[in-house]
Amino acid sequence: MLSIAGLSYSYEPGARPVFADLSLSVRGGEFIAVVGPSGCGKSTLFRIIAGLLEQAGGEVSIYGEPPGGAGSRLGRVGYMPQQDLLLPWRTVLDNCLLPWELRKDRSKAQAAAQIRELLARFGLSGTEQSYPRQLSGGMRQRIALLRTLAAGRPLLLLDEPFGALDALTKRELHRWLLELWGGLDKTALLITHDLEEALLLSDRIYIMSGGTLREHIVPWPHPRTADLSYQPEFAAQRRELERLLHEDFSLV
Amino acid sequence: MKISAWFKARMRSYGPFVLLLLLLLAGWETAARIGGVPGYILPAPSAVWAALREHAPLLLGTHLPATLTEALLGFALAAVSGTLLGAGMHMFRPLEKALYPLLIVSQTIPMIALSPVFILWFGYSLWSKLAVVLLTSFFPVVVGTFDGLRSGGDMYRELLLTLGAGRRQLLLKTQIPMALPAYFSGLKLCIVYCVVGATIGEWLGGGKGLGYYSRRMAGNLQSAEMFAAILLLALLGMGLFLIIALTERLILKKRGLLS
Repeated sequence: MLSIAGLSYSYEPGARPVFADLSLSVRGGEFIAVVGPSGCGKSTLFRIIAGLLEQAGGEVSIYGEPPGGAGSRLGRVGYMPQQDLLLPWRTVLDNCLLPWELRKDRSKAQAAAQIRELLARFGLSGTEQSYPRQLSGGMRQRIALLRTLAAGRPLLLLDEPFGALDALTKRELHRWLLELWGGLDKTALLITHDLEEALLLSDRIYIMSGGTLREHIVPWPHPRTADLSYQPEFAAQRRELERLLHEDFSLV
Repeated sequence: MKISAWFKARMRSYGPFVLLLLLLLAGWETAARIGGVPGYILPAPSAVWAALREHAPLLLGTHLPATLTEALLGFALAAVSGTLLGAGMHMFRPLEKALYPLLIVSQTIPMIALSPVFILWFGYSLWSKLAVVLLTSFFPVVVGTFDGLRSGGDMYRELLLTLGAGRRQLLLKTQIPMALPAYFSGLKLCIVYCVVGATIGEWLGGGKGLGYYSRRMAGNLQSAEMFAAILLLALLGMGLFLIIALTERLILKKRGLLS
């Protein structure tokens, strides 16, 4: 689904690289978390995968195609930033129809029907004609995810989608996403600062710091429930992860 | 009941202003009557009102329409050229680099000093006045368009790019809607400057218009008549401003940008 080899990037040619020689691979249907301290280059990595930035060196290949430049990826990977970025002058339905408007690959009725069906599955029925400012932060974030899904890309990059939410809302959305994920048939990379979030949602975790990646495999199979986080084993995993992060971090 | 509530709300917003205005007018009137100031130096508000009524056919029939025509035609020119310049500078960076300094220079030239040149070029025709109006008023539209189109920020731009949008779609789907508030601010400033520009243009010469009239009356020491013309100019500016402000409200409301 996604494979990266020897990737490097620096903001200016000749400057100290943000990272050099990163490699990772993601299989179809996996949910991968990327954790690491602020400023370690997680978002830069995502922007390269999305095609918004051109890599300085190394290969990025999506969907099993031969590796190419940023232009070959732009517009082909779902990308959801931390801010919901819903257009305030558009209703929920019109916001979700935006990906369709940019492509017009089928009739509007078909696109709208798919959105309505997704809204119902997301527990957002009845909000179609609302404007974003009338909705809570959690709802707006769900709609932003829906819009990302409506773009129809198999690979999703979620850059701290729950980072701006309060703890209770975040918890609720974790529960909601765990229930929903199996039926969506997507592959996702998730950036997060929240180790609990990473353990609860993902199959594998990449720990990024000092320009390198370390892999940590989460031992529980999907489907999971949010109750997992109360198991003693979960706490043990969390401690292990914290240790790894700390170890990496202190090396820098 | 409903009307009195409406009235109360209006009074809360405009009451202090109306009160101050009435006080000022009353003070002015008293000063003019008992202060011993000659009428040609400070005419009383009642004298201005009388002059306005006396010359109403001439003022409203000839001079006001002339100034209105100049202001509106000038506004059309300024709005079109300002929008094109602002949008052009947004779309092509080299154009921005080349034009922006020049535009700022154009705004530092005192228009009154430059205006006689327009009389040399265009004579006492409508064109010399339109040139003054255009140069006085187009700048806010350029800045409003340019800054407005950039106000969307990079985040929306990048989101749309990852959804596969092209340049034209970026402009239509996010940048233009987001530019509207700043654009209308530019238009509102522009229309006010248009009235100022038209007045300056008429001062330079010609045979009609409120600016021409007020200058002639000042020359004759007919201050009441001059103030009557100035009152009409102020009302004209306010009226035109309100029309743009209402259009803005209508459009923003229709687009859901106002709650």
